[in-house]
Amino acid sequence: MPERTKQKTHIEFTLNGEAVEVAFAPHKTLLEVLREDLNLMGTKHGCELGECGTCAVLVNGRSALSCLVLGLEAEGRSVETVEGMASPAGLHPLQETFADTGAAQCGYCTPGFLLVAKELLAANPRPTREEIKEALCGNLCRCTGYIKIYEAVELAAARMRGEELELPREAVYGLD
Amino acid sequence: MARYIGKEMSRVDGVAKVTGRAKYAAEFRAPNLAYGFIVLGTMAKGRIREIDTREAERAPGVVRVFTHLNAPKLGPKASTEYAPPRNTREQDKSFRALQSDRIYFNMQPVALVVAETYEQARYAARLVRVSYDTERHTTDTEAVRGSARAPSQGSPPKPRGNPEAAMKAAPVRVEAEYRIPVEHHNSMEPHAAVAAWEGDKLTIFDKTQDVYGVRAHLATSFGVPEENVQVVSPYVGGAFGASLRPNYYPALTAMAARELKRPIKVVYTRTQMFTGHGYRPYTIQKIALGAEASGKLTAMIHQAVHNTSAFEEFNDNTTGFTRQVYACPNLLAPTMIVATDLPTPTWMRAPGAVSGMFALECAMDELAYALKIDPLELRLINYAETDPESGRPWSSKALRECYRLGAEKFGWKDRKFEPRSMRDGRLLVGWGTATGVWGAFQRPAIARITLRPDGTAHVTSATSDIGPGTYTVMTMIAAEYLGLEIERVKFELGDTKFPRAPAQGGSQTTSSVGSAVHGAALAVGAKLLTLANQDASSPLKGATASDVEMLDGRLRLKSDPSKSVSVAGVMRLNNLSEVTETFESRPSPERQKYATMAHGAQFVEVKVDPDIGHVRVTRAIEVTACGKIINPKASHSQEIGGVVWGIGMALQEATEIDHRYGRIMNPNLQHYHVPVNADVHEVETLFVEEDDKVVNPLGVKGMGELGMVGIPAAIANAVFHATGKRVRELPITPDKLL
Ligand code: FES
Ligand code: FES
Repeated sequence: MPERTKQKTHIEFTLNGEAVEVAFAPHKTLLEVLREDLNLMGTKHGCELGECGTCAVLVNGRSALSCLVLGLEAEGRSVETVEGMASPAGLHPLQETFADTGAAQCGYCTPGFLLVAKELLAANPRPTREEIKEALCGNLCRCTGYIKIYEAVELAAARMRGEELELPREAVYGLD
Repeated sequence: MARYIGKEMSRVDGVAKVTGRAKYAAEFRAPNLAYGFIVLGTMAKGRIREIDTREAERAPGVVRVFTHLNAPKLGPKASTEYAPPRNTREQDKSFRALQSDRIYFNMQPVALVVAETYEQARYAARLVRVSYDTERHTTDTEAVRGSARAPSQGSPPKPRGNPEAAMKAAPVRVEAEYRIPVEHHNSMEPHAAVAAWEGDKLTIFDKTQDVYGVRAHLATSFGVPEENVQVVSPYVGGAFGASLRPNYYPALTAMAARELKRPIKVVYTRTQMFTGHGYRPYTIQKIALGAEASGKLTAMIHQAVHNTSAFEEFNDNTTGFTRQVYACPNLLAPTMIVATDLPTPTWMRAPGAVSGMFALECAMDELAYALKIDPLELRLINYAETDPESGRPWSSKALRECYRLGAEKFGWKDRKFEPRSMRDGRLLVGWGTATGVWGAFQRPAIARITLRPDGTAHVTSATSDIGPGTYTVMTMIAAEYLGLEIERVKFELGDTKFPRAPAQGGSQTTSSVGSAVHGAALAVGAKLLTLANQDASSPLKGATASDVEMLDGRLRLKSDPSKSVSVAGVMRLNNLSEVTETFESRPSPERQKYATMAHGAQFVEVKVDPDIGHVRVTRAIEVTACGKIINPKASHSQEIGGVVWGIGMALQEATEIDHRYGRIMNPNLQHYHVPVNADVHEVETLFVEEDDKVVNPLGVKGMGELGMVGIPAAIANAVFHATGKRVRELPITPDKLL
């Protein structure tokens, strides 16, 4: 077999704000490099076909499906995964609201949603519901039915603007 | 006053999930791990004539290629080709891979390539050459429905009254046939296992809803005692029934690990998920309803036929709930099965119920139109005040209130009866309603609680949390009855080192495991009381376990909280570093005197584009009555998810099979359409709480399955109202409306 499949390439890039160096077989996707070579399992593997959005990461601030990106393409770029969202000061507002609202049920789609939502809020601090749906259109969730995800994004956006938002109260009626 | 129960609680595992720390099966690592990649067959029925693995074996990094020629036999005697014949201990006839040259279905595993890296295994998998001797196959349920038979397990349900004669005599009759295609669960997490042996002891990380079930399956597969197998599954990225039975990959992974004496990881591709577990069966239902002109039902005949595999029976019990929905003296409701050359179907969210209620609730709508009675009114006319099947009273049933509240919130009174009578500009508007039902199941479950003098508690039970919020609800129940702040309670699940719990399916987890946690907490209190009362000066002298409760580190008299002892003090006096109690909860015999079910009412609005036949569900209101709501936050989220599953089933989901090849044509998310952001508009879920002292000590019924039952019918009925077209074949795609 060709020698090159045994060779490893070696690249440097910025991962969650820190310089990293990693060696891997050149045919590997960024998803596999993150999960297998860097042991960062927060980026999820859902289809490897660009269909589900669970593998979304930010490359230079733009969302990318890491299953469709070669690891090599990270060279010299800045990659952000869910592991890099929290700061020493605490969780990112999106992380807080996703955890609080029920936007994460099984949680498998959550990292992808978080990063794409982060990209959205960086560009548009006051998105409408339609704009949120549009931005998240490449992310599938099989558990939540999406509504709580929209509420979480809206709440985080408000908090990042320094406002508070009253979420719809959950309705449990008695029998009378 | 309850501190936690009934209060909105955020998920205790929320932070783990939003930071990427929650670990799913494929994310466990082991030293010297090798990767397996499954090779799927390409024909539907016959035998493998030849399998050539030489080129694959020479590929870089390949460690071994397993086929039926070199794979060890799995199962007690391994005397049949696909599964142990009758392993009575566990009745485990699950399909096991690589056991013979026999092909039972297209995309059946024929080899496992193990290599040093995932990419190497995947590459080499393409180099395996297989040739087959093919036989005639049947994958089309329609073609073989004539040979449908009653399932062999259980006796066929008896008719009630005289359904045939009553049907003939009915002044108003409707009769129609409804179809549901094969559907797949498509959880976002693909199934995966990481297996490692130490001698004859196996540890396996698996995506499963039933760690004990997988343990029994693996113990039988490898002929080792169950205690030798540890199954670990702390987080599951959705499952919806696809991980209730042991699928073929855990045994396959463990087999490779045992043969190669090193840990192995196998992950399904999205495509492999389509034959790597079961699916909702292809279901044909014929319904006839007979009624008086007043709307009173006089006869119901509901006959279902669905497919199973050629090697195993699966019964979806499609018509099971039909017997308990409406008051009707004459009824026949059998479910029949027919073999096809496909994998065995399995339970998929709201199994049987959502399929059966799709047909029944559409037929009720058809009857309403035949009678010119409002569809909601027709349901009220036939309201079952007691269980029509057993005649027993309901332990609780707030369905009437669900109808009332839903209709009010939705504005149902403004509905115009005639189809095509409501519009929004050029769009046709339709309003539809339906009823949802599910059982209030409970099964034996065991929980263990360890309470420490520092006021922290560790609670365990080997249930799973596939997303509904089990970690959270169990933590709440334990905190409530131990009287502790919720932060001081840690609940763990998903590991066979914890006490036995039933599979997480059928919406029985909170009722079963919750009751066990509740019982264990009370047992801790009882134990402390006994210890405290060894002291002659105990202020609790004479009190019995039911007289006391725990709160903030004190055990106190319910009737006079000023009489109390310090929990830590009692432990200290008795030289105890902890108090541990294990409790097994079982359904109470009291339940036998009642019928126990959960109910719901659904109201949906659709808007249909008359030119392109595109349907949007613009508004959905679901009102659910399922006993006590322990965590409203998680419960709403769960029901919204259920509604959206109903939207998918009604409008989008279908696994397409090319019957010429018996092969699935759309095994991926690009072509198998699950609901996406653009499909979801206004969804409101409400609960009507029931005070049910019979079902279990917590008064809870299930809701996860219930959330979707009724939605496909409500949507189909709304589509009829909008367009005047009855689409009786799911999904309702635009072509069916043009
Ligand atoms: S794993 Fe990348 S889009 Fe699904
Ligand atoms: S929370 Fe399970 S897939 Fe989104």
